[in-house]
Amino acid sequence: MEHFSIITTREYLNKIGNKSFILMTLLLPIILAGITFLLSFLTSINNDSSKTISVVDNTGYIFQKLQSSDDIIYDLIIDSSLDNAKEISRNNSDYGLLYITDFDTPEEIAESIVFISEDSPSFSIINRVESQLETILTNENFRLIGIDVNEIKSSTIYINLFQESFDGEETTRVDGVVKLVFGFFLGFLLYFFIFAYGSMIMMSVMEEKTNRIIEIIISSVKPFHLMTGKIIGVSLAALTQVLIWGVMFFVFSYIFSLVFGISTSYDTGDLILSTEGNTGLSSFALEMISAFMNLPLTNIFIAFIMYFLGGYFLYASIFAAIGAAIDNQADAQQFMLPITLLVIIALYVGILTVPEDPNGIVAQIFSYFPFTSPIVMLMRIPNGVPIYEQIISLTILFSSVVFMIWVAAKVYRIGILMYGKKLTYGEIIKWLRS
Amino acid sequence: MKNILSIDSVSKHYGDFTALNNVSVNIREGSIFGLLGPNGAGKTTLIRVINQITYPDSGKVLFNNSPLELKHIRDIGYLPEERGLYPKMKIGEQAVYLAQLKGLDSSTAKSELNKWFEKFQINDWWDKKVTELSKGMAQKIQFIVTVLHKPKLLIFDEPFSGFDPINANLIKNEILQLRENGATIIFSTHRMESVEELCEDIALINKSNKILDGKLDDIKRRFKSNTFEVGVDSANPDVLNKELESRYELTRPSFRTIGDNLKLNVKLKDNQNSEDLLKLLNQNSRVIHFKEVIPSANDIFINSIEND
Repeated sequence: MEHFSIITTREYLNKIGNKSFILMTLLLPIILAGITFLLSFLTSINNDSSKTISVVDNTGYIFQKLQSSDDIIYDLIIDSSLDNAKEISRNNSDYGLLYITDFDTPEEIAESIVFISEDSPSFSIINRVESQLETILTNENFRLIGIDVNEIKSSTIYINLFQESFDGEETTRVDGVVKLVFGFFLGFLLYFFIFAYGSMIMMSVMEEKTNRIIEIIISSVKPFHLMTGKIIGVSLAALTQVLIWGVMFFVFSYIFSLVFGISTSYDTGDLILSTEGNTGLSSFALEMISAFMNLPLTNIFIAFIMYFLGGYFLYASIFAAIGAAIDNQADAQQFMLPITLLVIIALYVGILTVPEDPNGIVAQIFSYFPFTSPIVMLMRIPNGVPIYEQIISLTILFSSVVFMIWVAAKVYRIGILMYGKKLTYGEIIKWLRS
Repeated sequence: MKNILSIDSVSKHYGDFTALNNVSVNIREGSIFGLLGPNGAGKTTLIRVINQITYPDSGKVLFNNSPLELKHIRDIGYLPEERGLYPKMKIGEQAVYLAQLKGLDSSTAKSELNKWFEKFQINDWWDKKVTELSKGMAQKIQFIVTVLHKPKLLIFDEPFSGFDPINANLIKNEILQLRENGATIIFSTHRMESVEELCEDIALINKSNKILDGKLDDIKRRFKSNTFEVGVDSANPDVLNKELESRYELTRPSFRTIGDNLKLNVKLKDNQNSEDLLKLLNQNSRVIHFKEVIPSANDIFINSIEND
């Protein structure tokens, strides 16, 4: 046990002190933040400049009803021919020119309106101009036919189905999306962990073997302690990295909110209040938050930790065994392939079956199979999975972890002292039997 | 004298391959023991058994008369033939780490390490990395790491490889000093002149079997062939040569002298003795060189392996 803690400490400090590890830890968030910052900055510049659209209105009533907003300002040019208007518009360096010819019917008017601009105009601006014109001309049509627009408005019925599960929990469409996104996020996080840190363990084992320091170390400690110490040490380093990323994430979010004035606080309802002006967004955000709160959060949290540990240790011990069995990185490929396949299958099964039917038979089978269960089950749980299923799946997973560590220790013990021999699966099975 | 290590009928198999076949060896406390054998004979396997890196299929190993256990790890220091250190870890740090794994606490390890650095005058190496050192320098560190925890039993596998003659001598003297201070030393090497110079006892392993062991002097006595090197200055060398030829078995000489005109290796038969030979030589010539041929460790090694 004494050895174990010495090894774990060294592995941890060694990883933490590694230059590329430090760079990765600090640079990744900075790069991501930089990109986000740049994008937000560019977008805000874009939004700041309001666009002036000059309008020649020969109908006499359309311009009055066009509503200028923060970013689109309509500017009337009076009594002008098309060529003249073009000239004026260009001289004012306006965003574009809207030319409306007068006809008897709104239909004819609609067909004749042209928008002239220097560059091809943005899709969203055109959309907004079109929708305003549509409303104005439709209302004009109603007026000509003799229909009261206000009556239409007051008699229109809007429907937003009130959704509820059989347990009486309220659900909404947003709920489903949040469940999916959150589940996928957990699944991908585990996937990332398995490969980023699992291969770190593999490299570390292989390094000791090719350096030949292994013989000195295992003349002092049991290979099992070395292997487990290494796995735990690297895991702690991984955890540290993720914690640092988490802290940096919140720090950067805070800086962002200061710079751009967009509230990004996650813990309170500030989000909704501060953006009250835009009711569309805030009600969506509100729904998102309530959907998130509706998730079985306690279950998710416990399951996340359990599946994370189980899945991570299952794969980490395989990676350790591979590192011990090979001499160089080129040989790693043949052993990495099956692992990669398993994890990819897990991701695909999750992505393809969980949105369709989170409790379907395929999703169920793969959430029992230990090599796929951590990812598939994590994707399913936000949708609600019976506790007994989770217990069965976790029992299978942790029994497999114990078995896999036993297998890995055996392969490790023999593999670390084997040099220059290209290994086959057959040989490894022979080792396990001995 | 008591044995620090008794290896009793140890066998080890890897699949169909037998690495050690019923090998028994005793190592006296305070001795320098030469573990010899051609490549692939099983020496490394035996060393790994002693280090508890591998476990024997049968047989037992006693350390100070009690069965070998994990706690004995701290009494053993092992310098493997294939040297290795962490290339990117600071030398001071990794030496302390490896000593900690041998059961030393970190402050003792540090002060011991400082003593050695002082001794070898390499104090400024503490913060260096192995990649910054030459091969010989790294070997020195490796040696220090092996002996840092003051083990009772030291196992050196080719300790002088990679050293220039000056440093090899330095290390040799350190090894002798460690023995002086009470350590027992197992030496595995192909350099027979080191065996000749340092080892009191040897064991020879060939094809997984021990074929020879005991005190080096006793073994030499057993292997000597009653052959004498003879160098004389004779008035009539041809006549003397014929005379000798009629009585003894002559072979080509392998020694160097000056001032003689007849050089021979003379092998006596079982019923003959050296006094008669010397008498004969003295009657006919002036004897310049007369010496019994004692087999070298090298001769014994080659002879035993070829006849095995």
